[in-house]
Amino acid sequence: MAGMLTPVLHLVTCGSVDDGKSTLIGRLLAETNSVPIDTLEYARRTRRGGSTIPVGEIDYSLLTDGLEAEREQGITIDVAYRHMNLPNGRRVLVADSPGHEQYTRNMAVAASNGDVSVLMVDAARGVRPQTHRHLTISALMGVKTIIVAVNKMDLVGFEHATYEEIVGIVRTTAARLDVPEVITIPVSAVTGDNITIRSGNMPWYQGPTLLEALEQWEPLELRPDAQTTEAPFRFPVQFIVRAEGNFRGYAGTVVSGSVAKGDKVTIANSGRSAVVERIVTYDLHVDGHVAELERAETGEAVTITLDHEVDVTRGDVIAGDDGPKVEPADRFAADMVWIGEEPLAHGRSYLLVCGPSSVPATVTNVRHRLDVVAGHEHAARVLEMNDIGRVEVATDKPIPMDPYGLVRDTGGFLLVDRVTADTVAAGMVRYAMRRSANVVRHDYAVDVESRRLLMGHDAKVVWLTGLSGAGKSTIADAAVRRLHALGVHTFVLDGDNVRHGLNKDLGFTPEDRAENVRRVAEVSKLMVDAGLVVFVALVSPFIGDRRAARDLFEPGQFLEVYVDTPLDVVTERDTKGLYAKAAEGTLPNLTGVGQEYEPPLTPELVLHGVGDVDASVEALVKAILGESA
Amino acid sequence: MTTAQPVASVPYDAVLDELEAEAIHIYRETAAAFKKPVLLYSIGKDSSVLLHLAVKAFAPAPIPFPVMHIDTGWKFREMIEFRDRRAAELGLDLRIAQNKEAIAEGVTPFTHGTHEYTRLMKTVALREGIDRYGFDAAVGGARRDEERSRAKERIFSLREPGHQWDPRKQRPEFWRTANTQLAPGQTMRVFPLSNWTELDIWKYIQREDIPIPDLYFAKPRPVVERDGVLIMVDDERFPLREGEEPQLRTVRFRTLGCYPLSGAVESSADTMEQLVAEMAGSKYSERSGRLIDGESGAESMEGKKKEGYF
Repeated sequence: MAGMLTPVLHLVTCGSVDDGKSTLIGRLLAETNSVPIDTLEYARRTRRGGSTIPVGEIDYSLLTDGLEAEREQGITIDVAYRHMNLPNGRRVLVADSPGHEQYTRNMAVAASNGDVSVLMVDAARGVRPQTHRHLTISALMGVKTIIVAVNKMDLVGFEHATYEEIVGIVRTTAARLDVPEVITIPVSAVTGDNITIRSGNMPWYQGPTLLEALEQWEPLELRPDAQTTEAPFRFPVQFIVRAEGNFRGYAGTVVSGSVAKGDKVTIANSGRSAVVERIVTYDLHVDGHVAELERAETGEAVTITLDHEVDVTRGDVIAGDDGPKVEPADRFAADMVWIGEEPLAHGRSYLLVCGPSSVPATVTNVRHRLDVVAGHEHAARVLEMNDIGRVEVATDKPIPMDPYGLVRDTGGFLLVDRVTADTVAAGMVRYAMRRSANVVRHDYAVDVESRRLLMGHDAKVVWLTGLSGAGKSTIADAAVRRLHALGVHTFVLDGDNVRHGLNKDLGFTPEDRAENVRRVAEVSKLMVDAGLVVFVALVSPFIGDRRAARDLFEPGQFLEVYVDTPLDVVTERDTKGLYAKAAEGTLPNLTGVGQEYEPPLTPELVLHGVGDVDASVEALVKAILGESA
Repeated sequence: MTTAQPVASVPYDAVLDELEAEAIHIYRETAAAFKKPVLLYSIGKDSSVLLHLAVKAFAPAPIPFPVMHIDTGWKFREMIEFRDRRAAELGLDLRIAQNKEAIAEGVTPFTHGTHEYTRLMKTVALREGIDRYGFDAAVGGARRDEERSRAKERIFSLREPGHQWDPRKQRPEFWRTANTQLAPGQTMRVFPLSNWTELDIWKYIQREDIPIPDLYFAKPRPVVERDGVLIMVDDERFPLREGEEPQLRTVRFRTLGCYPLSGAVESSADTMEQLVAEMAGSKYSERSGRLIDGESGAESMEGKKKEGYF
């Protein structure tokens, strides 16, 4: 809004305890009266081992002290959130990220919402690898202003040359990273120089104190000399509000740009146009408590109604007609910070979450891993915890996302593990790969239904999962013979056989197993479309991979059959000699020995591989054909 | 950038607008993403704001989830009257959760230590309430400025089976995008007021004319002084000590809870304007008037949280 300062500044602080970060933040909090007196008292009374600060004086570092759990367990919880009230009324929300080198992910979380990063450099020790790391992550996460606080100037005699040397190196790196704005300030957190009070020790420095820099900051696009045109309107729909009098409104937050009554907008998923009829909010002071707004700006949470009925669901994006469009796509190139303890698995199905929309997705390719210190790109196949890399992501259906550089909220996404529900990665869309838009599905006249009529039975996939040697192939073989005799069109995709051809490039690591399952599932999908009853006999040990396979099919088409044969029985049988090899140590990835087998939680059928094969076939045929068998 | 530049100022309302929008966003995400969310309503000022924001988030439709009050049986009488009146006015689907077993066994703030009392009457009652109704997300009014350990609390705070808070399992929060997926047995606690301060709460109540219990305003009330803390004698269950006689003093409450555990402050602030002015001048954190927060170990807020308290 023109003429008014941005009310809330999201600040990221990075650097380690050694750089004096806790002291700097603590002092800023204390000197802006953002700490209650009882907390200040705590910082006067309490002393950590080795502290040289006399009891009675404030140990500023204690104001940002951690949790008991952290101290006891020696862990660091990623980010601490604090607030600061500046004298000019601005609220600063501080995301304080612990600066241990390995915690790239913590820094990424803190920086994801950041307007400004304060990056600490110890004047006595100079620029260190982690300085480059923090700069790189800030830039990657879209922080546009970096304040470099060159700390401990008191330890280098407040010398100008030392400061200039550090600033020179930081500016070179920032320029390489295209950071739009770098502000540098020489400070001493311990003595308070240039934090909130101008230093008398450094007459050579004419710039703002840290506090002044935070008070004066404005987003680049709101400055008088701004080059950028207005940001495009984006409104991800969170909730459909239905109320009396046929009220149907779309509730959400304006995450970019602004909207006014009467604006023409586009619904991203359908591409349909509409006109904004009302912008509604609740107000106790208004009759009926429903107030209408003329317009809504970035950050406002409102409810929008449209002039005519169009199909809008949660996760859809209402977008402005001016400026760049947001078109749904199903392939994206993205930078990704890997957070999960398990490394990325190719071909595994994750849940991609972008604001209110979520869709199953796989990472189809890792292009490179980024060395966050030197800025080099390295060839890589997987990403592990704290790695950052460029990847390609494919979603199960098109989803509207923007380039992250254009809009953070519609360009940033999470990957969620579908079994543990943990967040395993955060991604930033660089661009949509329009491959899917150029490859248009052709609708053929002979469809699934016409094939079903010709075949005389439903098409299905029967997915037999279980340990190697459990009896999957044996059961499939017997069931297919039986069905064949009944005139049912069948085919078997056998794990071992497929690995001689289609999947001969794949090994047995978890990533390769995920890809193996994905390919077999896609092939069986084609065969089901062709009208067949497809048997898949595949160890497929992981729940997440099997769930991804199931997702390809219509409800009722996918029968998961668990061939439950105890490990001691299959080891005893050892028809292929695999368990003997595993025992010798020459086969490290054998399921049930070197790798875990995750049994299905809710399979359509459980068969016991030790029992009578005929009985198993009977049960299976019944499950496939229904009661008519 | 030079220092000579005059610094413009930010109106307080603009800060409140941002905090309000953030809270509404969180509410809508909660209502849409979870199967059975619930709003935990504790009648106090934060809950009053929370309730108001819930109305605002879904207007003109009603709040799309029930409201649950953890009733220890020792709340101020005025609080219960206020609760029932608000529930009727707003047409709330109000559920009451109580640890009936502990009440039957005679657990009171006077017979049990505050830690044990809180664990039984609040923590256990809350966990049972959530389990009984099968809620998968519970919205609460906790703020990060209330207590040191809350600086690291998430807005969407994950609870493991058994309502345990495991610091290692907390999910990183990027942008406005929340991971609301739950594995079997997990539940979520949601805190839309995370970034609010106590003063923000008061300024917002004033601006929006949000009804709050009268106990927040100064009035002559019968109190006794124990260990330097003024306790209101709200009913005849209060066991007076030898020679103790309730005195009428003009007091008000900064936080509301169980009356035997809520310290009153001497004050003459009996209008909203005076109250906000008094708050703006206060440099003590509000928990200094509470008797339930110990210093460390299991009695600290962090320790209570691990047990499933907020």
